[in-house]
Amino acid sequence: MPLPRCLQRPLRVIPTLLSVYYAYMIEYRAELMFWVLSGSFPLILLGLWQEAARSGQFELTPDQIVRYFLAVFVVRQLTVVWVIWDFEREVLEGKLSPLLLQPLDPGWRHFLSHLAERLARLPFIVALVGLCLWLYPEARQAPAHLLWSLGAICLAFCLRFLMQYTSAMVAFWVERATAIEQFSFLLYTFFSGMVAPLALFPETVRAAVFWTPFPYLIYVPASLIVGLPVNIGQSMVTTLLWCVFFWGLNRWLWRRGLKRYSGMGA
Amino acid sequence: MQRYLRVLRLFWEVAIAAELEYRLNFVIATLSSLTALGGNLFGLFLFYRTGYGFQDWSWQEALVVLGVFTLLQGFAATFLSPNLSRIVKHVQAGTLDFVLLKPISSQFWLSTRTLSPWGFPDLVLGATMVAYAGHQLGLGLGNYLAAVIPLTLGFLSLYSLWFILGATSIWFVKIYNVTEVLRNFLEAGRFPIVAYPPAFRIFFTFVIPVAFLTTVPAQVFLNRIDYTWLAGAGLLAIGLFQASRWFWRFALRFYTSASS
Repeated sequence: MPLPRCLQRPLRVIPTLLSVYYAYMIEYRAELMFWVLSGSFPLILLGLWQEAARSGQFELTPDQIVRYFLAVFVVRQLTVVWVIWDFEREVLEGKLSPLLLQPLDPGWRHFLSHLAERLARLPFIVALVGLCLWLYPEARQAPAHLLWSLGAICLAFCLRFLMQYTSAMVAFWVERATAIEQFSFLLYTFFSGMVAPLALFPETVRAAVFWTPFPYLIYVPASLIVGLPVNIGQSMVTTLLWCVFFWGLNRWLWRRGLKRYSGMGA
Repeated sequence: MQRYLRVLRLFWEVAIAAELEYRLNFVIATLSSLTALGGNLFGLFLFYRTGYGFQDWSWQEALVVLGVFTLLQGFAATFLSPNLSRIVKHVQAGTLDFVLLKPISSQFWLSTRTLSPWGFPDLVLGATMVAYAGHQLGLGLGNYLAAVIPLTLGFLSLYSLWFILGATSIWFVKIYNVTEVLRNFLEAGRFPIVAYPPAFRIFFTFVIPVAFLTTVPAQVFLNRIDYTWLAGAGLLAIGLFQASRWFWRFALRFYTSASS
Protein backbone atom coordinates (compact mmCIF):
# COMPACT_ATOMS: atom_id res chain seq x y z
CA MET A 1 0.00 0.00 0.00
CA PRO A 2 1.52 3.35 -0.96
CA LEU A 3 2.14 5.77 1.88
CA PRO A 4 0.19 8.99 1.99
CA ARG A 5 1.97 11.70 0.08
CA CYS A 6 2.56 13.97 3.05
CA LEU A 7 4.64 11.20 4.66
CA GLN A 8 6.61 10.13 1.61
CA ARG A 9 8.89 13.13 1.44
CA PRO A 10 9.90 13.27 5.13
CA LEU A 11 10.57 9.54 5.08
CA ARG A 12 12.97 10.04 2.21
CA VAL A 13 14.59 13.26 3.44
CA ILE A 14 15.17 12.31 7.06
CA PRO A 15 17.13 9.07 6.55
CA THR A 16 19.17 10.66 3.77
CA LEU A 17 20.23 13.66 5.82
CA LEU A 18 20.79 11.52 8.91
CA SER A 19 23.12 9.16 7.08
CA VAL A 20 25.00 12.05 5.49
CA TYR A 21 25.58 13.82 8.77
CA TYR A 22 26.36 10.57 10.55
CA ALA A 23 29.10 9.82 8.05
CA TYR A 24 30.39 13.36 8.49
CA MET A 25 30.53 13.06 12.27
CA ILE A 26 32.22 9.67 12.18
CA GLU A 27 35.04 11.32 10.28
CA TYR A 28 36.06 13.27 13.40
CA ARG A 29 35.99 10.53 16.01
CA ALA A 30 38.92 11.87 18.06
CA GLU A 31 37.32 15.30 18.19
CA LEU A 32 34.07 13.71 19.32
CA MET A 33 35.80 11.97 22.18
CA PHE A 34 37.23 15.26 23.39
CA TRP A 35 33.81 16.84 23.23
CA VAL A 36 32.44 14.01 25.37
CA LEU A 37 35.24 14.54 27.89
CA SER A 38 34.67 18.27 27.97
CA GLY A 39 31.23 17.58 29.42
CA SER A 40 32.81 16.21 32.57
CA PHE A 41 31.72 19.15 34.71
CA PRO A 42 28.92 17.13 36.42
CA LEU A 43 31.49 14.53 37.44
CA ILE A 44 33.50 17.17 39.32
CA LEU A 45 30.39 18.26 41.16
CA LEU A 46 29.59 14.63 41.83
CA GLY A 47 32.75 14.45 43.93
CA LEU A 48 32.02 17.67 45.77
CA TRP A 49 28.44 16.83 46.64
CA GLN A 50 29.21 13.24 47.50
CA GLU A 51 31.73 14.45 50.05
CA ALA A 52 29.28 17.07 51.32
CA ALA A 53 26.41 14.58 51.64
CA ARG A 54 28.57 12.30 53.78
CA SER A 55 28.21 14.89 56.52
CA GLY A 56 24.51 14.06 56.67
CA GLN A 57 23.54 17.73 56.66
CA PHE A 58 21.74 17.56 53.33
CA GLU A 59 18.45 16.05 52.29
CA LEU A 60 20.04 13.56 49.90
CA THR A 61 22.26 10.59 50.70
CA PRO A 62 25.70 10.20 49.07
CA ASP A 63 24.37 7.33 46.93
CA GLN A 64 21.51 9.43 45.65
CA ILE A 65 23.98 12.19 44.82
CA VAL A 66 26.19 9.83 42.83
CA ARG A 67 23.23 8.53 40.85
CA TYR A 68 21.87 12.00 40.27
CA PHE A 69 25.08 13.45 38.86
CA LEU A 70 25.73 10.43 36.66
CA ALA A 71 22.23 10.95 35.28
CA VAL A 72 23.03 14.65 34.80
CA PHE A 73 26.14 13.67 32.88
CA VAL A 74 24.13 11.43 30.55
CA VAL A 75 21.34 13.96 30.03
CA ARG A 76 23.85 16.71 29.35
CA GLN A 77 25.65 14.53 26.79
CA LEU A 78 22.42 13.75 25.02
CA THR A 79 21.19 17.32 24.92
CA VAL A 80 24.33 19.22 23.89
CA VAL A 81 23.48 21.82 21.25
CA TRP A 82 25.79 24.13 19.29
CA VAL A 83 23.52 25.35 16.49
CA ILE A 84 24.18 29.03 17.25
CA TRP A 85 27.86 28.81 16.26
CA ASP A 86 27.01 27.15 12.95
CA PHE A 87 24.13 29.49 12.24
CA GLU A 88 26.11 32.63 13.08
CA ARG A 89 28.80 31.60 10.62
CA GLU A 90 26.27 30.80 7.93
CA VAL A 91 24.70 34.23 8.26
CA LEU A 92 27.95 36.19 8.47
CA GLU A 93 29.63 34.38 5.59
CA GLY A 94 26.53 34.27 3.44
CA LYS A 95 26.48 30.48 3.39
CA LEU A 96 22.81 30.65 4.26
CA SER A 97 21.93 31.88 0.78
CA PRO A 98 22.25 28.59 -1.14
CA LEU A 99 20.40 26.80 1.65
CA LEU A 100 17.48 29.17 1.27
CA LEU A 101 16.98 27.99 -2.30
CA GLN A 102 16.36 24.42 -1.22
CA PRO A 103 12.83 23.26 -0.57
CA LEU A 104 13.70 22.49 3.05
CA ASP A 105 13.89 24.87 5.99
CA PRO A 106 17.58 25.18 7.08
CA GLY A 107 16.50 24.60 10.67
CA TRP A 108 15.77 20.96 9.89
CA ARG A 109 19.27 20.43 8.58
CA HIS A 110 20.72 21.67 11.85
CA PHE A 111 18.30 19.58 13.84
CA LEU A 112 19.14 16.41 11.95
CA SER A 113 22.87 17.07 12.13
CA HIS A 114 22.58 17.31 15.91
CA LEU A 115 20.57 14.11 15.96
CA ALA A 116 23.16 12.29 13.85
CA GLU A 117 25.94 13.49 16.12
CA ARG A 118 24.05 12.00 19.06
CA LEU A 119 24.20 8.61 17.36
CA ALA A 120 27.92 8.96 16.69
CA ARG A 121 28.52 10.03 20.28
CA LEU A 122 26.56 7.17 21.79
CA PRO A 123 29.41 4.61 21.97
CA PHE A 124 31.63 7.06 23.88
CA ILE A 125 28.86 7.85 26.34
CA VAL A 126 28.14 4.18 26.91
CA ALA A 127 31.84 3.50 27.53
CA LEU A 128 32.21 6.39 29.96
CA VAL A 129 29.03 5.55 31.85
CA GLY A 130 30.19 1.93 32.03
CA LEU A 131 33.46 3.13 33.56
CA CYS A 132 31.60 5.26 36.10
CA LEU A 133 29.26 2.42 37.04
CA TRP A 134 32.29 0.21 37.55
CA LEU A 135 33.91 2.83 39.78
CA TYR A 136 30.68 3.55 41.66
CA PRO A 137 28.89 0.26 42.34
CA GLU A 138 26.32 2.12 44.43
CA ALA A 139 25.08 3.85 41.30
CA ARG A 140 24.05 0.62 39.58
CA GLN A 141 20.30 0.81 39.41
CA ALA A 142 17.62 0.45 36.80
CA PRO A 143 16.14 3.79 35.68
CA ALA A 144 13.15 4.64 37.85
CA HIS A 145 10.81 5.68 35.04
CA LEU A 146 12.42 4.44 31.86
CA LEU A 147 9.83 5.62 29.35
CA TRP A 148 9.14 8.93 31.03
CA SER A 149 12.83 9.74 31.31
CA LEU A 150 13.41 8.91 27.65
CA GLY A 151 10.52 11.18 26.76
CA ALA A 152 11.83 13.91 29.02
CA ILE A 153 15.30 13.68 27.46
CA CYS A 154 13.84 13.99 23.96
CA LEU A 155 11.77 16.98 25.02
CA ALA A 156 14.75 18.54 26.79
CA PHE A 157 16.83 18.20 23.63
CA CYS A 158 14.08 19.78 21.53
CA LEU A 159 13.64 22.63 24.00
CA ARG A 160 17.36 23.30 24.26
CA PHE A 161 17.64 23.25 20.47
CA LEU A 162 14.70 25.61 20.08
CA MET A 163 16.05 28.00 22.71
CA GLN A 164 19.47 28.18 21.13
CA TYR A 165 18.15 28.36 17.59
CA THR A 166 15.97 31.25 18.69
CA SER A 167 18.94 33.17 20.11
CA ALA A 168 20.75 32.32 16.89
CA MET A 169 18.19 34.40 14.99
CA VAL A 170 19.75 37.48 16.58
CA ALA A 171 22.66 36.91 14.18
CA PHE A 172 20.56 38.70 11.55
CA TRP A 173 20.83 41.90 13.57
CA VAL A 174 24.15 41.76 15.42
CA GLU A 175 27.49 40.24 14.52
CA ARG A 176 28.14 38.29 17.67
CA ALA A 177 25.05 36.33 18.54
CA THR A 178 27.17 33.83 20.46
CA ALA A 179 27.67 36.40 23.22
CA ILE A 180 23.98 35.99 24.02
CA GLU A 181 24.37 32.26 24.14
CA GLN A 182 27.34 32.57 26.49
CA PHE A 183 25.18 34.64 28.79
CA SER A 184 22.22 32.30 28.70
CA PHE A 185 24.60 29.38 29.22
CA LEU A 186 25.45 30.85 32.62
CA LEU A 187 21.79 30.80 33.62
CA TYR A 188 21.55 27.29 32.21
CA THR A 189 24.50 26.16 34.34
CA PHE A 190 23.18 27.53 37.57
CA PHE A 191 19.43 26.94 37.27
CA SER A 192 19.20 23.68 35.35
CA GLY A 193 20.34 21.55 38.27
CA MET A 194 23.84 21.08 36.90
CA VAL A 195 25.64 22.59 39.91
CA ALA A 196 23.32 21.02 42.47
CA PRO A 197 20.07 19.05 42.50
CA LEU A 198 17.20 21.49 42.76
CA ALA A 199 16.05 19.54 45.80
CA LEU A 200 18.90 21.24 47.68
CA PHE A 201 17.94 24.78 46.64
CA PRO A 202 16.19 27.05 49.14
CA GLU A 203 12.41 26.67 48.83
CA THR A 204 11.69 30.11 47.33
CA VAL A 205 14.49 29.92 44.76
CA ARG A 206 13.34 26.47 43.68
CA ALA A 207 9.75 27.63 43.24
CA ALA A 208 10.94 30.56 41.11
CA VAL A 209 13.29 28.44 39.01
CA PHE A 210 10.52 26.04 38.05
CA TRP A 211 8.84 28.86 36.15
CA THR A 212 11.88 29.20 33.88
CA PRO A 213 12.65 26.70 31.11
CA PHE A 214 16.00 25.69 32.65
CA PRO A 215 15.13 22.90 35.12
CA TYR A 216 13.34 20.99 32.37
CA LEU A 217 16.61 20.75 30.46
CA ILE A 218 18.56 18.78 33.06
CA TYR A 219 16.96 18.43 36.44
CA VAL A 220 13.64 16.90 35.41
CA PRO A 221 15.03 14.23 33.06
CA ALA A 222 17.82 13.37 35.51
CA SER A 223 15.38 13.12 38.41
CA LEU A 224 13.13 10.86 36.38
CA ILE A 225 16.06 8.54 35.73
CA VAL A 226 17.12 8.26 39.36
CA GLY A 227 13.66 8.48 40.89
CA LEU A 228 13.78 11.79 42.74
CA PRO A 229 10.24 13.11 43.24
CA VAL A 230 9.03 15.07 40.20
CA ASN A 231 5.55 16.04 39.18
CA ILE A 232 5.63 14.23 35.84
CA GLY A 233 2.48 15.56 34.19
CA GLN A 234 3.08 19.15 35.14
CA SER A 235 6.71 19.13 34.00
CA MET A 236 5.86 17.56 30.65
CA VAL A 237 3.16 20.13 29.99
CA THR A 238 5.41 23.02 31.02
CA THR A 239 8.23 21.76 28.79
CA LEU A 240 5.84 21.49 25.87
CA LEU A 241 4.51 24.98 26.49
CA TRP A 242 8.02 26.40 26.52
CA CYS A 243 8.77 24.49 23.29
CA VAL A 244 5.71 26.02 21.66
CA PHE A 245 6.67 29.47 22.92
CA PHE A 246 10.20 29.29 21.54
CA TRP A 247 8.98 27.75 18.30
CA GLY A 248 6.64 30.70 17.77
CA LEU A 249 9.25 33.26 18.71
CA ASN A 250 11.77 31.53 16.47
CA ARG A 251 9.49 31.54 13.41
CA TRP A 252 8.59 35.18 13.99
CA LEU A 253 12.24 36.25 14.28
CA TRP A 254 13.13 34.07 11.28
CA ARG A 255 10.64 35.86 9.04
CA ARG A 256 11.68 39.30 10.26
CA GLY A 257 15.36 38.41 10.06
CA LEU A 258 15.21 37.07 6.51
CA LYS A 259 13.95 40.45 5.33
CA ARG A 260 17.05 42.04 6.81
CA TYR A 261 19.42 39.31 5.70
CA SER A 262 22.10 40.80 3.50
CA GLY A 263 24.85 38.20 3.64
CA MET A 264 27.10 37.68 0.66
CA GLY A 265 25.09 36.86 -2.41
CA ALA A 266 21.74 37.72 -0.89
CA MET B 1 65.42 42.00 27.15
CA GLN B 2 64.70 45.63 26.42
CA ARG B 3 63.73 44.76 22.90
CA TYR B 4 61.22 42.24 24.22
CA LEU B 5 59.65 44.81 26.50
CA ARG B 6 59.35 47.30 23.67
CA VAL B 7 57.77 44.69 21.41
CA LEU B 8 55.39 43.68 24.19
CA ARG B 9 54.23 47.27 24.60
CA LEU B 10 53.59 47.61 20.90
CA PHE B 11 51.68 44.33 20.77
CA TRP B 12 49.37 45.27 23.58
CA GLU B 13 48.75 48.83 22.46
CA VAL B 14 47.65 47.56 19.08
CA ALA B 15 45.52 44.81 20.62
CA ILE B 16 43.69 47.16 22.96
CA ALA B 17 43.16 49.72 20.23
CA ALA B 18 41.65 47.02 18.03
CA GLU B 19 39.39 45.68 20.75
CA LEU B 20 38.11 49.12 21.66
CA GLU B 21 36.23 48.99 18.37
CA TYR B 22 33.81 46.62 20.03
CA ARG B 23 32.73 48.50 23.12
CA LEU B 24 29.38 46.72 23.31
CA ASN B 25 31.22 43.42 23.67
CA PHE B 26 32.91 44.80 26.72
CA VAL B 27 29.56 45.66 28.28
CA ILE B 28 28.31 42.14 27.59
CA ALA B 29 31.50 40.69 29.06
CA THR B 30 31.03 42.71 32.23
CA LEU B 31 27.42 41.61 32.50
CA SER B 32 28.42 37.98 32.00
CA SER B 33 31.14 38.26 34.62
CA LEU B 34 28.71 39.73 37.13
CA THR B 35 26.17 36.99 36.46
CA ALA B 36 28.85 34.34 36.74
CA LEU B 37 29.93 35.85 40.02
CA GLY B 38 26.38 35.76 41.34
CA GLY B 39 26.00 32.17 40.21
CA ASN B 40 29.31 31.13 41.75
CA LEU B 41 28.39 32.72 45.05
CA PHE B 42 25.03 30.98 44.91
CA GLY B 43 26.72 27.65 44.19
CA LEU B 44 29.00 28.10 47.18
CA PHE B 45 26.09 29.23 49.34
CA LEU B 46 24.28 25.97 48.59
CA PHE B 47 27.05 24.12 50.41
CA TYR B 48 27.21 26.44 53.39
CA ARG B 49 23.44 26.91 53.71
CA THR B 50 22.79 24.03 56.07
CA GLY B 51 25.79 24.63 58.30
CA TYR B 52 28.05 22.28 56.35
CA GLY B 53 31.50 23.61 55.55
CA PHE B 54 34.45 22.32 53.57
CA GLN B 55 36.84 20.73 56.05
CA ASP B 56 38.43 23.65 57.97
CA TRP B 57 37.39 26.28 55.45
CA SER B 58 35.04 28.97 56.67
CA TRP B 59 32.73 30.81 54.27
CA GLN B 60 35.14 33.74 53.92
CA GLU B 61 38.08 31.43 53.36
CA ALA B 62 36.18 29.57 50.67
CA LEU B 63 35.46 32.98 49.12
CA VAL B 64 39.21 33.55 48.81
CA VAL B 65 39.53 30.35 46.76
CA LEU B 66 36.66 31.46 44.54
CA GLY B 67 38.30 34.87 44.17
CA VAL B 68 41.61 33.32 43.13
CA PHE B 69 39.74 31.12 40.67
CA THR B 70 38.02 34.16 39.16
CA LEU B 71 41.41 35.89 38.87
CA LEU B 72 42.81 32.88 37.02
CA GLN B 73 39.83 32.82 34.73
CA GLY B 74 40.33 36.50 33.97
CA PHE B 75 44.01 35.88 33.32
CA ALA B 76 43.18 33.06 30.91
CA ALA B 77 40.54 35.10 29.10
CA THR B 78 42.82 38.13 28.80
CA PHE B 79 46.14 36.61 27.86
CA LEU B 80 45.78 32.97 26.95
CA SER B 81 42.68 32.22 24.90
CA PRO B 82 43.02 35.01 22.29
CA ASN B 83 46.59 33.95 21.55
CA LEU B 84 45.77 30.29 21.50
CA SER B 85 43.16 30.65 18.79
CA ARG B 86 45.76 32.53 16.77
CA ILE B 87 48.24 29.67 17.02
CA VAL B 88 45.61 27.36 15.58
CA LYS B 89 44.95 29.80 12.74
CA HIS B 90 48.65 30.19 11.97
CA VAL B 91 49.13 26.45 11.76
CA GLN B 92 46.02 25.96 9.67
CA ALA B 93 46.89 28.69 7.20
CA GLY B 94 50.64 28.04 7.17
CA THR B 95 51.40 31.62 8.23
CA LEU B 96 53.45 30.29 11.12
CA ASP B 97 56.40 30.56 8.71
CA PHE B 98 56.38 34.35 9.05
CA VAL B 99 56.46 34.11 12.82
CA LEU B 100 59.35 31.68 12.78
CA LEU B 101 61.36 34.02 10.55
CA LYS B 102 61.17 36.93 12.96
CA PRO B 103 64.31 37.69 15.01
CA ILE B 104 62.50 37.03 18.27
CA SER B 105 61.57 33.92 20.25
CA SER B 106 58.62 32.37 18.48
CA GLN B 107 57.14 31.19 21.73
CA PHE B 108 57.23 34.75 23.05
CA TRP B 109 55.68 36.09 19.88
CA LEU B 110 52.89 33.54 19.85
CA SER B 111 51.99 33.80 23.52
CA THR B 112 51.98 37.58 23.85
CA ARG B 113 50.86 38.72 20.42
CA THR B 114 47.47 39.89 21.53
CA LEU B 115 45.35 40.39 24.60
CA SER B 116 41.67 40.81 25.03
CA PRO B 117 40.08 43.20 27.52
CA TRP B 118 37.21 40.73 27.79
CA GLY B 119 38.92 39.20 30.79
CA PHE B 120 39.38 42.49 32.69
CA PRO B 121 36.01 42.34 34.50
CA ASP B 122 36.91 38.92 35.86
CA LEU B 123 40.31 40.19 37.03
CA VAL B 124 38.68 43.12 38.83
CA LEU B 125 35.90 41.02 40.36
CA GLY B 126 38.31 38.32 41.48
CA ALA B 127 40.58 40.87 43.14
CA THR B 128 37.56 42.50 44.79
CA MET B 129 36.35 39.19 46.15
CA VAL B 130 39.77 38.37 47.60
CA ALA B 131 40.05 41.85 49.11
CA TYR B 132 36.54 41.63 50.60
CA ALA B 133 37.20 38.25 52.21
CA GLY B 134 40.62 39.46 53.39
CA HIS B 135 39.01 42.48 54.97
CA GLN B 136 36.42 40.33 56.74
CA LEU B 137 39.14 38.07 58.07
CA GLY B 138 41.25 41.06 59.13
CA LEU B 139 44.28 40.22 57.01
CA GLY B 140 47.04 42.75 56.47
CA LEU B 141 49.19 43.95 53.60
CA GLY B 142 51.78 41.24 54.30
CA ASN B 143 49.27 38.56 53.38
CA TYR B 144 48.51 40.20 50.04
CA LEU B 145 52.19 40.55 49.21
CA ALA B 146 52.88 36.95 50.20
CA ALA B 147 50.02 35.73 48.04
CA VAL B 148 51.47 37.40 44.95
CA ILE B 149 54.23 34.79 44.75
CA PRO B 150 52.09 31.62 44.57
CA LEU B 151 49.59 33.44 42.39
CA THR B 152 52.31 34.26 39.88
CA LEU B 153 53.46 30.66 40.03
CA GLY B 154 49.86 29.60 39.37
CA PHE B 155 49.64 31.91 36.35
CA LEU B 156 52.91 30.51 35.05
CA SER B 157 51.75 26.90 35.46
CA LEU B 158 48.47 27.66 33.75
CA TYR B 159 50.23 29.43 30.91
CA SER B 160 52.61 26.51 30.42
CA LEU B 161 49.77 23.99 30.36
CA TRP B 162 47.94 26.05 27.76
CA PHE B 163 50.99 26.52 25.65
CA ILE B 164 51.79 22.81 25.67
CA LEU B 165 48.25 22.11 24.54
CA GLY B 166 48.53 24.88 21.97
CA ALA B 167 51.71 23.32 20.62
CA THR B 168 49.90 20.05 19.96
CA SER B 169 48.08 22.00 17.27
CA ILE B 170 51.15 21.32 15.07
CA TRP B 171 49.96 17.71 14.83
CA PHE B 172 46.22 17.93 15.39
CA VAL B 173 45.57 21.37 13.86
CA LYS B 174 42.07 21.83 15.27
CA ILE B 175 42.51 21.67 19.02
CA TYR B 176 39.79 23.95 20.34
CA ASN B 177 38.18 21.04 22.09
CA VAL B 178 41.38 19.92 23.82
CA THR B 179 41.51 23.24 25.60
CA GLU B 180 37.81 22.85 26.32
CA VAL B 181 38.66 19.65 28.20
CA LEU B 182 41.35 21.45 30.19
CA ARG B 183 39.01 24.36 30.93
CA ASN B 184 36.48 21.89 32.24
CA PHE B 185 38.90 20.26 34.63
CA LEU B 186 40.12 23.64 35.83
CA GLU B 187 36.56 24.35 36.99
CA ALA B 188 37.43 22.08 39.88
CA GLY B 189 39.58 24.94 41.20
CA ARG B 190 36.52 26.86 42.33
CA PHE B 191 36.58 24.97 45.61
CA PRO B 192 39.33 24.13 48.09
CA ILE B 193 40.89 20.80 47.29
CA VAL B 194 39.83 19.28 50.63
CA ALA B 195 36.21 19.58 49.52
CA TYR B 196 36.74 16.57 47.24
CA PRO B 197 36.83 12.87 48.07
CA PRO B 198 40.36 11.38 48.32
CA ALA B 199 40.48 9.94 44.80
CA PHE B 200 39.54 13.32 43.29
CA ARG B 201 42.17 15.05 45.43
CA ILE B 202 44.90 12.82 44.05
CA PHE B 203 43.70 13.42 40.50
CA PHE B 204 43.54 17.19 40.91
CA THR B 205 46.92 17.37 42.59
CA PHE B 206 49.06 15.03 40.54
CA VAL B 207 47.33 14.49 37.22
CA ILE B 208 45.85 17.94 36.61
CA PRO B 209 47.49 20.24 39.15
CA VAL B 210 44.42 22.32 39.96
CA ALA B 211 45.26 22.32 43.67
CA PHE B 212 48.40 24.35 43.04
CA LEU B 213 46.56 26.92 40.98
CA THR B 214 43.90 28.05 43.44
CA THR B 215 44.10 26.30 46.80
CA VAL B 216 47.79 26.96 47.39
CA PRO B 217 47.64 30.73 46.70
CA ALA B 218 44.58 30.95 48.94
CA GLN B 219 46.39 29.09 51.71
CA VAL B 220 49.38 31.39 51.49
CA PHE B 221 47.05 34.37 51.65
CA LEU B 222 45.35 32.93 54.72
CA ASN B 223 48.69 32.31 56.36
CA ARG B 224 48.23 28.59 56.77
CA ILE B 225 50.54 27.16 54.19
CA ASP B 226 52.56 24.06 54.53
CA TYR B 227 55.87 24.96 52.90
CA THR B 228 56.19 21.68 51.04
CA TRP B 229 53.09 22.72 49.08
CA LEU B 230 54.58 26.08 48.21
CA ALA B 231 57.80 24.41 47.13
CA GLY B 232 55.68 22.01 45.07
CA ALA B 233 53.95 24.95 43.39
CA GLY B 234 57.32 26.49 42.57
CA LEU B 235 58.78 23.30 41.17
CA LEU B 236 55.64 22.66 39.18
CA ALA B 237 55.61 26.14 37.64
CA ILE B 238 59.29 26.05 36.67
CA GLY B 239 59.07 22.46 35.49
CA LEU B 240 56.00 23.09 33.37
CA PHE B 241 57.47 26.26 31.91
CA GLN B 242 60.65 24.48 30.94
CA ALA B 243 58.58 21.62 29.55
CA SER B 244 56.56 24.03 27.44
CA ARG B 245 59.72 25.50 25.93
CA TRP B 246 61.18 22.10 25.25
CA PHE B 247 57.91 20.81 23.86
CA TRP B 248 57.52 23.77 21.51
CA ARG B 249 60.96 23.18 20.02
CA PHE B 250 60.14 19.50 19.70
CA ALA B 251 56.82 20.27 18.01
CA LEU B 252 58.40 22.64 15.54
CA ARG B 253 60.47 19.77 14.15
CA PHE B 254 57.22 18.29 12.91
CA TYR B 255 55.91 21.49 11.43
CA THR B 256 55.46 21.24 7.71
CA SER B 257 54.58 24.67 6.48
CA ALA B 258 52.14 25.30 3.71
CA SER B 259 54.93 25.57 1.18
CA SER B 260 57.28 22.74 2.12
